[in-house]
Amino acid sequence: MALSRFASSSRSGSLLKPLSSAISLRRPISTDTTPITLETSVPFTAHQCEAPSRTVQTTANELLTFFRDMALMRRMEIAADSLYKAKLIRGFCHLYDGQEAVAVGMEAALTKKDCIITAYRDHCTFMARGGTLLEVFAELMGRQAGCSRGKGGSMHFYKKDSNFYGGHGIVGAQVPLGCGLAFAQKYSKDEAVTFALYGDGAANQGQLFEALNISALWDLPAILVCENNHYGMGTAEWRAAKSPAYYKRGDYAPGLKVDGMDVLAVKQACTFAKEHALKNGPIILEMDTYRYHGHSMSDPGSTYRTRDEITGVRQERDPIERIRKLILSHDLATEKELKDIEKEVRKEVDDAIAQAKENPVPESSELFTNVYAKGLGVESFGADRKEVRATLP
Amino acid sequence: MLGIARQKMLVLSSKKIRPAVSVLRNYSSAAKEMTVRTALNSALDEEMSADSKVFLMGEEITKGLLDKYGPERVLDTPITEAGFTGIAVGAAYYGLKPVVEFMTFNFSMQAIDHIINSAAKSNYMSAGQISVPIVFRGPNGAAAGVGAQHSQCYAAWYAACPGLKVLTPYNSEDARGLLKAAIRDPDPVVFLENELLYGESFPISDEVLDSSFCLPIGKAKIERKGKHVTIAAYSKMVGYSLKAAEILEKDGIDAEVINLRSIRPLDRTTINDSVRKTNRLVTVEEAFPQHGVGAEICACVVEESFAYLDAPVERIAGADVPMPYAANLERMAVPQVEDIVRAAKRACYRSVP
Repeated sequence: MALSRFASSSRSGSLLKPLSSAISLRRPISTDTTPITLETSVPFTAHQCEAPSRTVQTTANELLTFFRDMALMRRMEIAADSLYKAKLIRGFCHLYDGQEAVAVGMEAALTKKDCIITAYRDHCTFMARGGTLLEVFAELMGRQAGCSRGKGGSMHFYKKDSNFYGGHGIVGAQVPLGCGLAFAQKYSKDEAVTFALYGDGAANQGQLFEALNISALWDLPAILVCENNHYGMGTAEWRAAKSPAYYKRGDYAPGLKVDGMDVLAVKQACTFAKEHALKNGPIILEMDTYRYHGHSMSDPGSTYRTRDEITGVRQERDPIERIRKLILSHDLATEKELKDIEKEVRKEVDDAIAQAKENPVPESSELFTNVYAKGLGVESFGADRKEVRATLP
Repeated sequence: MLGIARQKMLVLSSKKIRPAVSVLRNYSSAAKEMTVRTALNSALDEEMSADSKVFLMGEEITKGLLDKYGPERVLDTPITEAGFTGIAVGAAYYGLKPVVEFMTFNFSMQAIDHIINSAAKSNYMSAGQISVPIVFRGPNGAAAGVGAQHSQCYAAWYAACPGLKVLTPYNSEDARGLLKAAIRDPDPVVFLENELLYGESFPISDEVLDSSFCLPIGKAKIERKGKHVTIAAYSKMVGYSLKAAEILEKDGIDAEVINLRSIRPLDRTTINDSVRKTNRLVTVEEAFPQHGVGAEICACVVEESFAYLDAPVERIAGADVPMPYAANLERMAVPQVEDIVRAAKRACYRSVP
């Protein structure tokens, strides 16, 4: 079905030097693994280490996978926004649209043996680790098919078989937990690393520095990733941090500042960090990123920043648009093919939502399950203990 | 059997347990004794030996274990409870079995978010994906002359939280059996020891010395059978209650003393069975009285065994004040044996001289 086109190198834009100029027949877009060499948007800025090169290797296959994955995440988060406004999702809902490149780029640099832990803005990280749309939407709507069987909610997604450890509601707590995962990996001699993600808001938490100190003393393979979207809830970074150079805040620990809207830069940085951490202990990555939504669904996101700023980022730095331009300028796919992918993705999301809506709520007996891993036959009580009692299995 | 036990004792060579070994040599008959400190160390040693996933973390940990297992399994931490407790919980998420030692449970408040939100609730929030096989241990409650910030008992606070198990050993048998059970348990366990009991020696049977010995979690022990009044206590107050029972016996009151051993799960069955037999109850704790363990026991007995009560439930607890330093005030701030005797007599409607 692929039309044979002459991939002429004279068509290449200013960014690129495709090695595939000799090929005259364009192969189907999903299978082309001919290497393409590109440069990241900006060079990396390093602290206490030597920055990796801004030249990255990728393939058509990879770029299209990135495009699809990010488009899926984008569509998923926007659909969640509608579901929340329709009151099908309750409580807290923290959306990740704008930050997709971090989740996707990181996953591309890791294996499932590496661990990831994050805070409550976890829907897309869960998806990147192999979660399904149904698990996401069912969990958000409190149904049985949810990844936590409806008992966790938006902030508590987990996928242990992919080494994704949540999903945490307490700002900053996930950082020592992540260092603990790294400790366990080293203890077990697993030759793998942990990426512990946190925001610019959490970057000032004391426990982060306590955990970093211990990780550096014990040479733990921990990578602390600051997803700096420049606002901790409604507070701008310059009002919360005396030093917003988060990649330098580790002091004795090396750090790297990365354009978090460039999925290839994210992948390059994570690959570099993984190698570093396995040999030399903890390292900090600061991902310069942005969220289009407010902090959560109860925050319009416009009281502490201008709409112009948000539109500006969307126009100049959107991660999906960046990949789209790359794909088009390299003739890896047509505009129509990309739009078709977006249509497919939209349908996938709609189908998953429909399925999730049909899914039942948890059985009442689930109130009392999983309180303990080993309940010892102990009694637990409902609100009226003379009415509702259960034996914990 | 004695010879085997003696060999086991000698294997656990460290300065700390040598006194117990020499005590052993002084007894030629079957009666063996062991201090609570030795009991705890021997339990840790045996569990670490049996399972390579068990490791210790804390400030200035027992040197004997460090010498035996090395710095990869016995980790000395900086004085940063929030950080190292979070790290330990993360390691438990991955499947290791940490034993976190707090210098005292007063410092656990620095780490309480990790104990409650990161450890206790994870199995539930993840619908069983993330279990947390961790033990938090250390001295709890009043020591001697250490003042207000170093003397609080945390049993009621931790026992309020579903997802945690809370254990309070009294003697050496409790210390060994409950610590082993705690380490083997797949859920987060708060293990509340007592500074003043560490050096106390208790008789111990061969069964308890066996490396497979384990006590069930959630079961109280009747330390002294009686029929006139039930005295329910935990930790150091069990010893005081037993002394009170001896005094009461002289006045013709036969007290039944329950060693709770487990605050969560609370052994409501044993408590209620006892009260249905004696019809009178005194609860004893060192902790602050309001919203305490005694309050929970009283509510539980009123709910389950109201018709069996012949007198109001009596509650003996620490004074409702921060712990003072001056020795005479400190003495007034914790229960004494005479307080327990007086309360038992009140429960029996005897005049109190």
